[in-house]
Amino acid sequence: MIANSVLAHVTANAIVLFARLLTAVRAIWDGVEPIPSKRVYFANHTSNGDFVLIWAVLPPYMRRRTRPVAGSDYWLTSKLKTFIGCEVFNAVLIDRNPETRTDDPVTQMAEALDSGSSLILFPEGTRNMSDASLLPFKSGLYHLAQQRTDVDLIPVWIENLNRVMPKGEILPIPLICTVRFGEALRLETNENKDAFLDRTHAALLALKESGDAP
Amino acid sequence: MSAPDEFIYLLGGVLCVLVLATIVASFLKKRVGPDDADPVIENLVARINAWWAMAALLAIAMLFGRAGAVILFGLLSFAAMREFLTLTAKSRADHYALATAFFIVLPFQYYLVWIDWYGLYSIFIPVYAFLILPIISALRGEIENFLTRVSETQWGLMICVFAASHVPALLTLQIPGYEGKSILLIAFLVVVVQGSDVLQYIFGKLFGRRKIAPVLSPSKTWEGFLGGAVSASILGAFLWWMTPFAFWQAFLVSLLITTMGFCGGLVMSAIKRDRGVKDWGHLIAGHGGFIDRLDSVVFSAPIFFHTVRYFWSTV
Repeated sequence: MIANSVLAHVTANAIVLFARLLTAVRAIWDGVEPIPSKRVYFANHTSNGDFVLIWAVLPPYMRRRTRPVAGSDYWLTSKLKTFIGCEVFNAVLIDRNPETRTDDPVTQMAEALDSGSSLILFPEGTRNMSDASLLPFKSGLYHLAQQRTDVDLIPVWIENLNRVMPKGEILPIPLICTVRFGEALRLETNENKDAFLDRTHAALLALKESGDAP
Repeated sequence: MSAPDEFIYLLGGVLCVLVLATIVASFLKKRVGPDDADPVIENLVARINAWWAMAALLAIAMLFGRAGAVILFGLLSFAAMREFLTLTAKSRADHYALATAFFIVLPFQYYLVWIDWYGLYSIFIPVYAFLILPIISALRGEIENFLTRVSETQWGLMICVFAASHVPALLTLQIPGYEGKSILLIAFLVVVVQGSDVLQYIFGKLFGRRKIAPVLSPSKTWEGFLGGAVSASILGAFLWWMTPFAFWQAFLVSLLITTMGFCGGLVMSAIKRDRGVKDWGHLIAGHGGFIDRLDSVVFSAPIFFHTVRYFWSTV
């Protein structure tokens, strides 16, 4: 058991080191500070490496308390993926299929927050393979914000990782990536689902554009 | 691990300059006072600190001779090309061409320098990579901006890999009476080029008035360029004892490399302006990216290499 957790720790550091060598990733804290308060980081999703980059730029003491939310349909399909998903990244694994699931994903996320963790969430629900910058958000972020109104929601724009490793390629190429953290948001009183999802979606896109401007 | 005596003397000199610079910078910082920080002085302090690290890294690499120089410049090429292609590469269709450039062309070029195969390393990128990479891109069938994409990758390889690899290639030159000392050619090139950058910065800050190319770079002035290039060439002349050159030859060679170095900075600025960025990267505090520091070296290295090879070398 101890051997396993040491192996998980070493693997996590190796993955972060590899990501840094490849992408020289840089964090830009634009409206929020890297402090260990309870947060939900919500980010654009173009690559399996997305949360590795967010993880890599968090200070180590925050990294241990920040768990990605990921689909169990992907991460439980092989022994290696299970080890990486559960042991290395300590992911909150949710079943994305409403037909088969036994646990409610929003409850799972809320419980993880209650136990002191922060979360990394990809509200698009799946990797964005389209030409659009950002897909419409699924409602999970809204339901979580509704259940835990005291948690800060931090938009995070990951720039360039889709060029490092485009969909379907197995060999990454080295390009510099940026992870930009924006101002915290919360659910406002009387804000309905559509208005909230529009506002958070727009906040994430605005973060992208603030990086595009020279 | 062995270095000629001249290398130790030069290192001592560089050390003195860095100590002096550190003292002057901390004096300037004190004069401004702790309350109102001056961004120019903050940047100066960051630059000097980075110089300490860069000088130490170069010195360590050179103590390991050809292996150290090949590995160091191979890594610098990697970091520089990563910066270059971050600003250019946009198409998925180039993925394999870019992977080939990074993982095959780059290491192979440095391997050729390592085994001293002049006939191949001097043409490998301009001939073979130039022809093969567009074939790989074309096979993916994406025609949009094809020539632009192919040219950008080619340019990245020429500047960041081909030109940079001519620094460690200096070690392969055979110069009568200079056996075992060719590491000093690298030291000479780096000290003169970087010295010129620093002196241009100082002359520009003190006397700079007439801008050379205001659209390209507001910090490049005639006063800075002439003062920096001439004073760095005088510095180079006074380093004749560590080169195969006579005093006046060392001056002319230095003038050539400082001029090329200046032009390198100008050309790389034009690319940055076009892409709307101020620096190539962020990894060297106070300086920007690797290309910001290497631009002058890569433009002067091949010219320096071929000048020395033509006039002084036997092979």
